Amino acid sequence: MDYLNQLAETFLNWKVIGEVLPSMFAVGLPNTIVLAAISGVIGTLLGMVLALMGISRNPVARWAARVYTDVFRGLPAVLTILVIGLGFGPIVRELTGISSPYPMGIAALSLMSAAYIGEIFRSGIQSVDKGQLEATRALGFGYGASMRLVVVPQGVRRVLPALVNQFIALIKESSLVFTLGLMSSERELFQIGQDAAARSGNLSGYVAAAIFYLALTIPLTHFVNWIDRRLRSGRPEKKEPDEVAAVVGKGAHV
Amino acid sequence: MSEFVSGTLTAKNIHLSFGSNHVLRGIDLHVEKGTTASVIGPSGSGKSTLLRVMNRLIEPEQGDILLDGRSVLKDNPDELRRRIGMVFQQFNLFPHKTVAENITLALRKLRGMSKEQAREEALAQLDLVGLKHKADARPANLSGGQQQRVAIARALAMKPEVMFFDEATSALDPELVKGVLALMADLAKGGMTMVVVTHEMGFSRNVSDTVTFMDAGIVVESGSPEQLFTEPRTERLKGFLSDVL
Repeated sequence: MDYLNQLAETFLNWKVIGEVLPSMFAVGLPNTIVLAAISGVIGTLLGMVLALMGISRNPVARWAARVYTDVFRGLPAVLTILVIGLGFGPIVRELTGISSPYPMGIAALSLMSAAYIGEIFRSGIQSVDKGQLEATRALGFGYGASMRLVVVPQGVRRVLPALVNQFIALIKESSLVFTLGLMSSERELFQIGQDAAARSGNLSGYVAAAIFYLALTIPLTHFVNWIDRRLRSGRPEKKEPDEVAAVVGKGAHV
Repeated sequence: MSEFVSGTLTAKNIHLSFGSNHVLRGIDLHVEKGTTASVIGPSGSGKSTLLRVMNRLIEPEQGDILLDGRSVLKDNPDELRRRIGMVFQQFNLFPHKTVAENITLALRKLRGMSKEQAREEALAQLDLVGLKHKADARPANLSGGQQQRVAIARALAMKPEVMFFDEATSALDPELVKGVLALMADLAKGGMTMVVVTHEMGFSRNVSDTVTFMDAGIVVESGSPEQLFTEPRTERLKGFLSDVL
């Protein structure tokens, strides 16, 4: 029983959890959401650009997208965040006077997620039947308009589940910006948990952070499953007999 | 009196290669205004490619394409394709849009119609193919024959001067073929200029005004249906007809 008590004391010290909750709600949660949401939006936009470059007929654009994707997908997240934050941070500070590492964290998360999201979009767009582009062009649309109006919307729809998975990963990776040394008001969930753990010598602060992460990610996971099911079975194949076929074209001798 | 403002289409000495594969080797095709030309021949003879070259989905390497006697090779290809409707073997309806939206997309974006105008025009076209009641359905909920009739309506809505049909009934279940062929025959009778790539010899023989037999990238024989089907002059056409009839 001693061990159980010790575990409970280490992980579920309600006093520590109670103390950390206010700053989790007031500081950690908003910061995590802002980090993940802004880099999610930028990553999605940049990812779309990368995807279109990746399928472009221009070899330079294809090559650039390839190199970018390989580099940013191939590096550990913590390394990218540190290198961008510590490497470009001072330059940005000199140019803009902003000393917070927060924007650099967002930049690093955006650049990383763009590489993954770009691949997700590219695979979705390339999975759209070639006949769709051909039919759109046959109506008189140019290549760009055909992609924008017909091909890309279908491709994106197919990869929505994978895209939401990427957002889940982003929420978790946002915890790594702590490595840049955040100011008190900029701390996200993980940093606040870590600070509480350091202060109290007890891991319950981390548990509090974990609960917040799960509260964000589990609903998204179920949202993915819901989208997935809807995309799979949302449009039942309800075919009807071709009863009007006989009505049209009367008088034709075929 | 023609229901359509149709044009005369001429292809002259069209050449095209895919790598070392010389797919079209000097094709000539003339389709007089208001007539239907069917193009027959074995798979891989270049029929479908010829259609795509004539509306410049694929640019020819050599030769000329004339609409109403004027070369269109220097025109903007997008504008040329607005004048030529095309219907595909696999229908190629936009699955993420409703039946009506499939038709209104080009009307709104390319013809600059308002939402209401475009919807009205789409419903009128759907009515012609007997599918007005399906305007708000998704293509996936239609039978193959219905989908192909929507595809025809989508092409007709652009008021094309010429219509291309690329094996429009090949992907259909046998019982649905008749409805689509009947619609095509109606268009032909209505005075639409049509180029029909087909394996339906009945249609080719009974509806078209001229028949062109292609094999291995060249026109082997062309003339009236009567001439080609009853008095084939070449061994290749005789062999083809005995295979398919």
